[in-house]
Amino acid sequence: MNKNILLCGVGGQGIVLTSKLIAAASMAKNIPVMSAETIGMAQKGGSVFSFLKTGENLYCPMFSEGTADLIIGFEPAEAVRMLPYLKADGTVIVNSHPIMPVTAALNGGTYNGGEMIDYLKANVKNIFVLDGDEVCRKIGSPKVLNMVMLGAAIKSGCLPFTLDEIKETVQKTVNPKFYELNCKALDEAEKLF
Amino acid sequence: MHTEFLMGNAAIAMGAVAAGLNLISGYPGTPSTEVLETTAKKNTGNIYVEWSVNEKAALELAAGAAYSGARTMVTMKQVGLNVASDPLMSLAYVGVKGGMVIMVADDPGPISSQTEQDTRHFAAFSKLPCFDPSSVQEAYDMIGDAFEYSEKYHTPVLFRPTTRVCHGYASINVKDIEEYLVNTPEGFIKDSSKWVIFPRLSYNNHIKIEQRNEELSDVFSQYDKNIIIPATDNSCKKGIATHGISYSYVMEALSGQNAPRIMKVATPFPFPEKLAVEFLSGLDEVLCIEELDPVIEKELTYICGKYGLSVKIRGKLTHDVKPAGENSCKSVSENLSAFSGLVPTKSVERATPPQLPVRPPVLCAGCPHRASFFAVKEAMKGKKTAFCGDIGCYTLGNAMPLDMVDTCLCMGAGVNITQGIGKIEPDTTCFAFVGDSTFFASAITGVVNAVYNQADMTLIVLDNSTTAMTGHQPHPGTGRTMMGEIVEKVDIEAVLHGIGVKTVETVNPLELSKAVDCVKRVSSEKGVKAIIFRSPCAVLIKPSTPVIVDENKCVQCKKCINSLGCPGIVLEEGKVCIEQSLCTGCGLCKQVCPTKAIMGGERDE
Repeated sequence: MNKNILLCGVGGQGIVLTSKLIAAASMAKNIPVMSAETIGMAQKGGSVFSFLKTGENLYCPMFSEGTADLIIGFEPAEAVRMLPYLKADGTVIVNSHPIMPVTAALNGGTYNGGEMIDYLKANVKNIFVLDGDEVCRKIGSPKVLNMVMLGAAIKSGCLPFTLDEIKETVQKTVNPKFYELNCKALDEAEKLF
Repeated sequence: MHTEFLMGNAAIAMGAVAAGLNLISGYPGTPSTEVLETTAKKNTGNIYVEWSVNEKAALELAAGAAYSGARTMVTMKQVGLNVASDPLMSLAYVGVKGGMVIMVADDPGPISSQTEQDTRHFAAFSKLPCFDPSSVQEAYDMIGDAFEYSEKYHTPVLFRPTTRVCHGYASINVKDIEEYLVNTPEGFIKDSSKWVIFPRLSYNNHIKIEQRNEELSDVFSQYDKNIIIPATDNSCKKGIATHGISYSYVMEALSGQNAPRIMKVATPFPFPEKLAVEFLSGLDEVLCIEELDPVIEKELTYICGKYGLSVKIRGKLTHDVKPAGENSCKSVSENLSAFSGLVPTKSVERATPPQLPVRPPVLCAGCPHRASFFAVKEAMKGKKTAFCGDIGCYTLGNAMPLDMVDTCLCMGAGVNITQGIGKIEPDTTCFAFVGDSTFFASAITGVVNAVYNQADMTLIVLDNSTTAMTGHQPHPGTGRTMMGEIVEKVDIEAVLHGIGVKTVETVNPLELSKAVDCVKRVSSEKGVKAIIFRSPCAVLIKPSTPVIVDENKCVQCKKCINSLGCPGIVLEEGKVCIEQSLCTGCGLCKQVCPTKAIMGGERDE
């Protein structure tokens, strides 16, 4: 079955690697996959997104608004920014921890993410909110946010593979030094809801 | 054959390697950079890989190798072809022996470029065949075809993907190593009637080129990547002509729907005229869905006139398709619904979202360019100044609060723009800012011009010892090459002295007061003088411990935030604090703070 998945957040959160893992896990099951992401001027601190499509008869990695089965939002405002892409009955998994843009500091802005989460809750039926940064603290590394988000996405049932299958992919593709830690993050996320 | 998940640019590289590539050269530029980088990574040792000093040097190098029978590829972004256009135009007349593919990535949007120029025009202008892939898989397959045609017709060919093909990923079929072609170059064989361009040769070859391109138009009408897809309903009198990534948007939008006849153009030059006539026959109306310029639209309009076909050709010129910017699934689906009644995907009605924070690209936390710009700004307070910028990360110095880039045009242009402003406004203190890679690529001749012609200006070389914007490629100032050799650096100070700049001072911009004094002293001299702000790119060095704000000393004046705009300094509940995950401990804010409230950041020894 074809799936349109959108990952979004802020540069440096590990979105591109997460997208690659989803792709690799899909390919391991012989499911064709395409993806596209922001590169170039979008530096650290810029909005980053990754479109990912799995299934048969794929033409291009991007998809239209109103067609995403799943949005994995690493940051609340970024999830809201990309929400037009979500299907009417699509699922959103969102990290509630906000990242303040440099421009907000300059303008004395008060962005804190709270109203973004409220908006998402009011407008999306299938929504899972988690404090990814809190989970990371619990695990003891800020670097595993992407694994936490990935674990939560698998739990939602919107991805075409299981937790064990993604662990196998992680073992094959990510630095073995972090294998245990990554598995811990994936497991922790599974327990969240 | 096996399956791999590859980025378009990696697929292009792998396709070239599989086609027996002997040499690849280029100059980095988004969205083209990863082609050469992937080739370097996959190099089995038989391919010469070079980041050249600029696109012109890269193209000439590849031409020399192709004269010698090598299969060569040159990579660049669209504006890079402007730099390489001098050798390109002449090489088109001379031709090559080994296959030569000039990979030029176009950037509709533009997403990270100065222009929305269309390399398909450059193909027609230079009379060189051009390939335009529509997907990652097609890019992989087509690069081999490009080498075949190049060798068969003894001409360099252009290969022109766009950003979404270059940077899209797909699981594609690729060859196993055992299936790779091996090309053994014959070597350079002297023949001045062939390799030396003279008016007589140009005239004779011009005739041959026009004949060849007529022949190629017929050949391309049979090319398996130029295709016509019949309409779902035979009685449909409408057609869609498209190319590149827009073709995939069209197919995506039409899947499961009643589709009109579709033509995909994979070789915009020479245009597959016979195939186009076949496509047009029996149709009333055609919509051309293209990015950048209306190349297909003009060709089809011309063909209708030539063959007396009464088909209405629509597209950008008839205002049916937007004139600028990139297409998207959404825009194409709207074009199709207006043209042929396609039912577009419905967007979902939701409440208006709260105001979203904007995240424009900014200089990284700890970026030495921030310190350089700030030092010049401090030194020039109250003076009439002009700050001419250039192409690189440091173009971002234009953002508030630094606001230190008054002009930016193209690679290396800032030097002589500064000279020009100074000639008309002699009471202005003029600065040209140029990065180290851009300095080598195209600013040196500009400095010679300024020195010899008695300009009065200060050249600021922002030397972070890398090509940062495009992902840290080596250049002549870095002391390493893409073949992994450690070599002697070309010394920027020595170059400047050598071309007549008398005063050249080098200073670390992160030592703020020294840097400010240096700017004051050097800029007050007459003539062309230079300051090299030398400090490595913050991304490449191990950061120091982050700084911290002493709450007892901080008076919340926010001078650090309002003068530097560093992403590492944030407000938490209205109070200044340091984002520990971003701060590199560069210490610039410590030097700016009037109450010495920022501490730490000492380098771990």
